[in-house]
Amino acid sequence: MWDYTDKTMEHFHNPRNVGTMENPDGVGEVGSLACGDALRLMFKLDEDGKIKDVKFQTFGCGSAIASSSALTELIMGKSLEEARKVTNQEIADFLGGLPEQKMHCSVMGRDALLAAIDNYQKGTPADKKVDSNVVCNCFGVSEQEIERAVRENGLVSIEEVTNYTKAGGGCANCHDDITKILGRVAREANGVEILSKPPSKKKKRMTNIQKIQLIQETLEREIRPSLKKDGGDIELVDLDGDTVVVSMRGTCSRCKMAEFTLSDVVEAKLREFVSDDIRVVEEEEES
Amino acid sequence: MTANIYLDNNATTMTAPEVVEAMQPFWTEYYGNPSSIHAFGGKIGRPIKAAREKVAALLGARPEEIVFTGGGSEGDNLAIKGTVEALAGKKRHIVTTRVEHPAVRVAFQHLEKQGFRLTELAVDREGELDMNALRTALTPDTALLSVMWANNETGVIFPIEEIAHLAKERGIVFHTDAVQAAGKLPIDMSQIPVDMLTISGHKLHAPKGVGALFVRKGTKLVPQIIGGHQEGGKRAGTENVPGIVGLGKAAEMALANIDQENQKVRNLRDRLENGLLERCPGSVINGKNRLPNTLNISFEFIEGESILLMLNDHGIAASSGSACTSGSLEPSHVLRAMGIPFTLAHGSVRFSLSRYNRAADIDKVLEVMPGIAERLREISPFTNQVDGQSWGAPPACQS
Repeated sequence: MWDYTDKTMEHFHNPRNVGTMENPDGVGEVGSLACGDALRLMFKLDEDGKIKDVKFQTFGCGSAIASSSALTELIMGKSLEEARKVTNQEIADFLGGLPEQKMHCSVMGRDALLAAIDNYQKGTPADKKVDSNVVCNCFGVSEQEIERAVRENGLVSIEEVTNYTKAGGGCANCHDDITKILGRVAREANGVEILSKPPSKKKKRMTNIQKIQLIQETLEREIRPSLKKDGGDIELVDLDGDTVVVSMRGTCSRCKMAEFTLSDVVEAKLREFVSDDIRVVEEEEES
Repeated sequence: MTANIYLDNNATTMTAPEVVEAMQPFWTEYYGNPSSIHAFGGKIGRPIKAAREKVAALLGARPEEIVFTGGGSEGDNLAIKGTVEALAGKKRHIVTTRVEHPAVRVAFQHLEKQGFRLTELAVDREGELDMNALRTALTPDTALLSVMWANNETGVIFPIEEIAHLAKERGIVFHTDAVQAAGKLPIDMSQIPVDMLTISGHKLHAPKGVGALFVRKGTKLVPQIIGGHQEGGKRAGTENVPGIVGLGKAAEMALANIDQENQKVRNLRDRLENGLLERCPGSVINGKNRLPNTLNISFEFIEGESILLMLNDHGIAASSGSACTSGSLEPSHVLRAMGIPFTLAHGSVRFSLSRYNRAADIDKVLEVMPGIAERLREISPFTNQVDGQSWGAPPACQS
């Protein structure tokens, strides 16, 4: 069974904005029955050009349905320019994260949104791929889709590309092409940070105070916001060498997923931004 | 969770309470090493011998033809690699099917990389082998043929007796993975010229981590785990005594009630099958001639993982051949080999029963499944084609 967050399961069980609507302003369709997941997204604008209604229909697994639901919540009330900026990572973050192999569900949501906006603004067909240079024939994934996912998510391997776009997950004939795209993006970046690539880790030895500061910053920037959305919070209690003692507050403390959140989210982030050796433990409950 | 209904017995089974009881003394009381000279070791020889006899009885084999292993995958690997090694590369062609369990399939593909010529036989829409194609595939250069007795995903049964004779006539070593068949179908090695046959403990209510390989007397086999004299020199390593005793007990229980229990299971399965077909429009059965306990059914327009998650909410455990449940992107290799369209394969659910299921379990599934299908179809874009337009461009995914 996948490690879905409670929020993902909640959106799977009670998806928001399911259905269709009369006379939508924009419609986007991605995926297909044969590919194993598909999403149709429609929206209607108010007189100020903001999204006043949005509906979706999704065929797919639990995380595909939850990602679609999350997407509708994220774009409701936004202008099309704002909506265009929604990234697949925001969809995943909204759900408290998705298993790595399920990231393509969030990408599908974003692609349907872009297709729907183009359908409204440029009159392209709802299912029109903005670009037609298909790299992965098994799943119908274009060069631009792959490149976009690589850039926005800082992907570096074929496996990651497959997790995010499905490309390369079938016959494997396109693996060379994907490698070329990865190489090209890396060369273009040429030392310059790829958009969402994490800042390079501090390799030099830190004092405990420096380390605590960096941990605090990371908690503040990377972890708190998504926990707070779920009505939870986290506090740094102590640091013992590389062992970070934290306390989970609010709904998180009662949540049976707390352990999952700790190791998969908090520890992963702290390892990413502070040090590879970080271990996170929860403060023992006072009895 | 409202109920606790386990319908995933082709994945693994509950260890029978009688099996647990039989194993009990072998942890803290009779923990000796059977190879030891002293009394601790001496007490272990007889229970292992008894277990070997019980497993042999289930398979219609002689006790000395039973090699205890660490499970089904080990048995398959030992049979396959051990045989080609024993033939010392004199014959360079190996044959299997496209629907084997990965323990067989990947072992064959591994040999292919080492230079063996591999033929993988196709199956038809019902999951059946083309026997003419099989005959044609067997050549004077063929070293080994491996065909499973029954398929784990669909339950489809292959004609092992006929295939065994084809192999024997041609002097080809024949192995069958009977992990799913043991305990569910009568198996009699004294009547059918199979050379090697794999079983796994945890598929028939023994614990995980123990299995057996039947090796017909006279079959040449090079051990794959070496460094000990155990199991007639075919598998080194101190015996998993509790596991072996458990497997013996489970084999005894399976044999004692094989007809009666399987009829009961078959009745429940048929009730589930007919009930689902009747209550869920747009459902299709995958595979025709099947094990009594297995039902593989596809629901149109909805996806397997979503179905499983919703069944799980009702305390019902099943599995799916959908891409999403496996972590791969393509649906089950078995359903694809059968030519089941991707569109149906993604919506496939496997229900596999055991002697521990009751009519109430089946009724619960029949009660909740129509609602689940309806709910997911409400969400699915493919069922409400109100505008009469077909969905997008034809998919790139081949079907």
